[in-house]
Amino acid sequence: MSDLFDKFDPLIELRDGLLESGVTDPFGLVMERVESPTVAICNGKRTILLGTYNYMGMTFDPDVIAAGKQALDDFGSGTTGSRVLNGTYVGHKEVEQALKDFYAMDHAMVFSTGYQANLGIISTIAGKDDYIILDIDSHASIYDGCALGNAQIVPFRHNDVEALDKRLKRLPPEAGKLVVLEGVYSMLGDLAPLKEMVAVSKAAGAMVLVDEAHSMGFIGEHGRGVVELQGVIDDVDFIIGTFSKSVGTVGGFCVSNHPKFEILRLVCRPYVFTASLPPSVVATAATSIRKLMNSADKRAHLWENSKRLHAGLRQLGFTLGTEEPQSAIIAVIMPDLETGAAMWEALLNEGLYVNLARPPATPANMTLLRCSLCALHTEEQVGEILGMFAAAGRATGCIS
Amino acid sequence: MPDRQQTFAKVLEQVEPFNKKGIAVSDATRFAADLEWDSLTVLDFVANIEDEFDVIITMNMQAEIENVGQLVDALEKLTAGK
Repeated sequence: MSDLFDKFDPLIELRDGLLESGVTDPFGLVMERVESPTVAICNGKRTILLGTYNYMGMTFDPDVIAAGKQALDDFGSGTTGSRVLNGTYVGHKEVEQALKDFYAMDHAMVFSTGYQANLGIISTIAGKDDYIILDIDSHASIYDGCALGNAQIVPFRHNDVEALDKRLKRLPPEAGKLVVLEGVYSMLGDLAPLKEMVAVSKAAGAMVLVDEAHSMGFIGEHGRGVVELQGVIDDVDFIIGTFSKSVGTVGGFCVSNHPKFEILRLVCRPYVFTASLPPSVVATAATSIRKLMNSADKRAHLWENSKRLHAGLRQLGFTLGTEEPQSAIIAVIMPDLETGAAMWEALLNEGLYVNLARPPATPANMTLLRCSLCALHTEEQVGEILGMFAAAGRATGCIS
Repeated sequence: MPDRQQTFAKVLEQVEPFNKKGIAVSDATRFAADLEWDSLTVLDFVANIEDEFDVIITMNMQAEIENVGQLVDALEKLTAGK
């Protein structure tokens, strides 16, 4: 008789080996208190947060919190039902209206998480004889959306316009095609060449879906994402996003101008067969989204932070994921998992939290220390962060 | 040379740059178990095969292909009538 867990043995061994070396478990951190979007208490120690997706620092916004408290009082703690049955409250309609206003689009559909938004939209709109053409470095939720559906899946090399174009041209002209792209790729923090990619996709008669999870609120004049920055927002068919990054709570969405979009509410299983978001969550999301529309100053400050951290880390001698800062994510490339874990721990001891990312989540089997900045990181904090990287880098031998 | 043999020879040419252990490749050679390719190597290899034969090998098809012989057979079908 075989144990179904035997398949996990290689990972268990890898993990045990790492922990036996005495390093703190990088995937077991607990935040005991959270003081602000940029500071928490971890292991009793004040820790600067440089590994959250709280890009716009909305989690402690007084208006956002007040809206959530009011909704708890007025509507209770949860809906206990599906959006299509008893789970749509006025707050769910209000947050969908906020999204339509934010993106200036006709339709918005809110899911319980961003993961479910990709799962639902991708698996539902691409059927058995349709093709999904996707970047090989796509997020797990995109791959899982493909796996949940039964379309034909065609991957192409990361950010390679020619590879995409070639594959589109080899597909049957009459077949339904969905090209799935991301505005910001979250591991290295690099942008997609959406302008070129959307153009070749449209020329091939494909619909285009862009996941803007890591750009919403920050990139583009109105914070609508890389599609806005590169001037192709009117040419994409679907934008997927999340409330768990810049918006500062949890939830996912799809916005679109497709005239038949609303039918998805009846046929999209990850939308129908799960409970809707709690009233307090949609209230905080709606308030946050409306405030993000007028956050040009915060966007400008976040860019300053990103540029300064990128330049500073490079000057210290670290290898970074992108030549220039392209987003609020700056990935520091580590030579291997052991060094990465040691550096991660040294930073934590200094009082800095970053994300340790390892295969299979990373491209090209890289180990990364992923830094994600917040608009509320002060200039002083960015200076402190660079000091911590210098000390930890020297202590672990990552830099000289 | 018969068609299948030609296809096999072309596939072999594409395998060689990734044949790090220099093993003898036959129809029965398995990509994961024998050539020990990881998913990134598979991606590079498939992209090269797609360009060489001007075809698309979807991930759905890749899931069914474990060895060189199966790939050659799949390519024979994909290029039939071209």
